[in-house]
Amino acid sequence: MAKQPQKKKEEYETTGHEWDGIKELNTPLPRWWLWTFYITIVWAILYTIAYPAWPGIKSATPGLLGWSTRANVAAEIAQAEQANAAINERLASVELTAITDDPELSSYAADAGAAVFKTWCAQCHGSGAAGVQAGGYPNLLDDAWLWGGTIEDIHTTIAHGIRNEEDPDARWSQMPAFGEILPPEEVEQVVNYVMSLSPSYEPKDPSLVEASAEVYEINCVACHLEDGTGDQFQGAPNLTDAIWLYGGDYQTVKETVVNARFGIMPPMGGADLSEAEIRAVATYVHQLGGGE
Amino acid sequence: MGNYIKLIALGLVTLLALIAANYARDLAYLVNALTVALVAGGLFLWTLRHTDEPSAEVDLSGQYMDGVVRAGVIATAMWAIVGFLVGVTIAFQLAFPQLNFEWAQGYANFGRLRPLHTSAVIFAFGGNALIATSFYVVQRTSAARLWGGNLAWFVFWGYQLVIVLAATGYLLGATQSREYAEPEWLTDWWLTIVWVAYLAVFLGTIVKRREPHIYVANWFYLSFIITVAMLHVVNNLSIPVSIFGSKSVSLFSGVQDAMTQWWYGHNAVGFFLTAGFLGMMYYFVPKQAERPIYSYKLSIIHFWALIFIYIWAGPHHLHYTALPDWASTLGMVFSIVLWMPSWGGMINGLMTLSGAWDKLRTDPVIRMMVIAVGFYGMSTFEGPMMSIRAVNSLSHYTDWTIGHVHSGALGWNGMITFGALYFLVPRLWNREALYSLRLVSWHFWLATIGIILYAASMWVTGIMEGLMWREVDANGFLVNAFADTVAAKFPMYVVRGLGGVLYLGGAIIMCYNLVMTVKRSPAVEATNSTVPAE
Repeated sequence: MAKQPQKKKEEYETTGHEWDGIKELNTPLPRWWLWTFYITIVWAILYTIAYPAWPGIKSATPGLLGWSTRANVAAEIAQAEQANAAINERLASVELTAITDDPELSSYAADAGAAVFKTWCAQCHGSGAAGVQAGGYPNLLDDAWLWGGTIEDIHTTIAHGIRNEEDPDARWSQMPAFGEILPPEEVEQVVNYVMSLSPSYEPKDPSLVEASAEVYEINCVACHLEDGTGDQFQGAPNLTDAIWLYGGDYQTVKETVVNARFGIMPPMGGADLSEAEIRAVATYVHQLGGGE
Repeated sequence: MGNYIKLIALGLVTLLALIAANYARDLAYLVNALTVALVAGGLFLWTLRHTDEPSAEVDLSGQYMDGVVRAGVIATAMWAIVGFLVGVTIAFQLAFPQLNFEWAQGYANFGRLRPLHTSAVIFAFGGNALIATSFYVVQRTSAARLWGGNLAWFVFWGYQLVIVLAATGYLLGATQSREYAEPEWLTDWWLTIVWVAYLAVFLGTIVKRREPHIYVANWFYLSFIITVAMLHVVNNLSIPVSIFGSKSVSLFSGVQDAMTQWWYGHNAVGFFLTAGFLGMMYYFVPKQAERPIYSYKLSIIHFWALIFIYIWAGPHHLHYTALPDWASTLGMVFSIVLWMPSWGGMINGLMTLSGAWDKLRTDPVIRMMVIAVGFYGMSTFEGPMMSIRAVNSLSHYTDWTIGHVHSGALGWNGMITFGALYFLVPRLWNREALYSLRLVSWHFWLATIGIILYAASMWVTGIMEGLMWREVDANGFLVNAFADTVAAKFPMYVVRGLGGVLYLGGAIIMCYNLVMTVKRSPAVEATNSTVPAE
C-alpha cells in the first residue's frame, strides 16, 4: 500500500464484475486495518520467540523466557507450602486440645480448615456445614454428635471415616433392620414410642406408646439406652432431642426402624489430607458451634 | 430404468434397517434403525407408485431451482423455534433445577437436552440456513440452475434425517461426548454421504456458471463445505463396539483426543458459523442495501487470511491443561492474528452501507443485518481476547464462555439468518413485499434486548464465578466452595432465561410474519430465469 492520495470512497471505481446486480468497489485496504494486521503478525513472531512455541521432531522451542505452566504452578505451590510450613509443622505436632488455647494456631487452623472443608466435605455436609437431612448427612453446626464432639473425637472421625471398607480403624456400628426381627404391630408400637421421646413430633397413635415400652426395652436400649439419649461409643443417636439425622416424621422413623440406616463416610487421612489439614478441618468443625 | 435401481436400493436399505433393528443392542440404535426403515420404506412405496408413469419432460435448465430453497427456508424457521425453545428450557433448568423432572430423568434432564439445544441451533437451524441460502446464492451469482437435478433434494432431506437421527439419539443416550460432534458413528456416516452430495451440487453449479468470476460469497460457502467435511471426518474417526449398537470408541486418546476435538470444535465455529455465514452476509447485505461491496481487495485478503489462520486456533480451548505449552502458545498467537482477518468481513459488511445509511431508519431488515455484523465484530474481538492465556485463566470454564458463544450465535448467526429469511421469503414465493415491517421491528427489538440480557448476565456471572474460584484469604486458602459460586449465580441465570424468552418471542413473531407474507401479500410475477448479469 504505497502512498496514495486519500480519495473519497465514492471516487473508487468498481472492479467491473457484476453478479445478480451486485458490484464491487475497488477500495484499497483500510490503512488502520492493514497496520493492525501487520502489528499482530510482528507481535506473534516476537511472542513465539519469547515463549515455548515451535515444535520440532522431539521437542519444541522452549522460548527465551524459559516460561512453563508446569514450572509456574509447581513454584506457586512450593511458595504457598513454604509460607505455611512452620505453622503446619506446629499444627501437626502439638497436643490436639492445645490448638484452641493458642490464638495464632487456632485462627490459622480455622482458616485452613474452612478451605479444606469447602473442597473435601461440602459435597455431603453442605458448604455451610448444615448437612443434608434427605441423605442422612449430619448437621455439624448443632451440638448433637453421633460419635462425639470433642476435638479428639472429631479428629478420629475425619481421619478414619465411618463404616467404610478402606480404613480398618473406621468407626463401626450397625443397626439391625427390625423389619426382619419384629412383627409389624411391634414395629408400629416402637415407631410411636420413638416419636414420643422427641419434642419435635407427636406420636401418630399415642395409644400405642405405653404398651410399646417393653418392645423398646428389649430391642433398643442396648444402643440407644433406657432413656433414649443414645451412645456415642456406638454412634447411636440421641432420640430425645429435636435433632433428626434422617427425619423424625412417622414415615421416616418407620423406614429407619424397618430397614435400618448405614451411613458411610470415607477416611480423609492417608493419601487425601495431611495431618495438619485433618487437624485444621477438625478445628474448623469443632469451632462451628457445637464442639465439646 | 432409474426407478428400478432406486426400488432395489430402497428395498435393500429397508430390509437391512429392519434386520439391524431386530439385533439392536440399545434403544437409541433401535429407534434410529426403525427411523431409517420407515423413511426408506416410505420412499420405496412412493417410488413404486410413481414408476412407469408417463412424465412430461420439461426443460428446466433455464430456471433456478427454488423449490429446495423454499423447503430449506421453512426448515430453518421451524428448527429455529425448536432450538430456541430447548435453549430456553435448559436455561430455566439451570436456574431452577426442579425443572429436571423426576419422570423425565434419562430423557429430558439437562444433560440430555443440552446437546439437543446446541445441535438444533447450530446444525439444524444454522445448517439449514446455510444450505438453503448457499443454494439460492450460488444459483443467482452463477446464473445457473443447481447442478445434479434432484441431488439437491437428496441433500435437503438427507440432512433432515441426520438431524432426526442425532436428536433421537441424544434423548436416548447415544453420544460420543464430543462437544458439537455428539452424534454416534452411524449418524456420522450418513452425514458424510449427505455432505459429499452437498459439495457436488455446490461445486457442480459453480463449474457450470455463466459468470466469468466466482463471487466472494461462493468462496466462503465453498471453504465452509470443504473444511467441515475434513473436520467432520477426522474428528469422528472411531470404531463401533458393535455394528448393531450405537456406541463407538474414538481412534484418539488422552490429550491427542482433546486436541482433535477442539481442532474440530473451534473450526466448527470458524468455518460453519463464521465462513459460511460470511458467505450469507456477502450476498444479502449488498442486495438488501442495493449498494456495491465496499472493497474487493479487502474481501480477497481477509478471505485467505481468515481460512489460513482459523484452522490453527483450536488449542486456545485447552490452555492450562495436559496440552503442551508450545501448542497452547500457537493456539493463542494464531487467535490474536485472526482478529483483523475476522474484522475484514465486518468492515466490508458495514462499509457496504456507506451511501445508504439512511436505510437503517427506514428498513428494519437492513437494521437486522447491520446489528448482526456488529455482533460479529464484537465476538471476533472478544474471542481473541479470551484466547490470551492470562484472560483465559479467569474466563475458562465460566459462563463468560457461554455469553461469548451466544453473542456470536444469537447476535451474528441468528440475526443475519433472520435478515436473509426476510429477504428470501417474498422473492421465493413471488410476493410484492413482507407482510409487515412493523413486526420486523418488533422482532428486531425483542431479539436485541434478549441478546443484551443474555450476554450481559453471562459476563457478570462469568467474571464473578471466575473471581470467586480464585479468591484466597491472607493465608492463601480458598474462600469459596464450588456450591457457593453456583448459588451466587442464580439471579443472573434468571435474567439469562428471560433474555432467551425474548429472543424466542421475536423468532415466533418472525414465523408469523413470514407465513402471513406467503398467505396475504399480493403476488407478483415470478422472476427465476437464469440470466447472467450484464
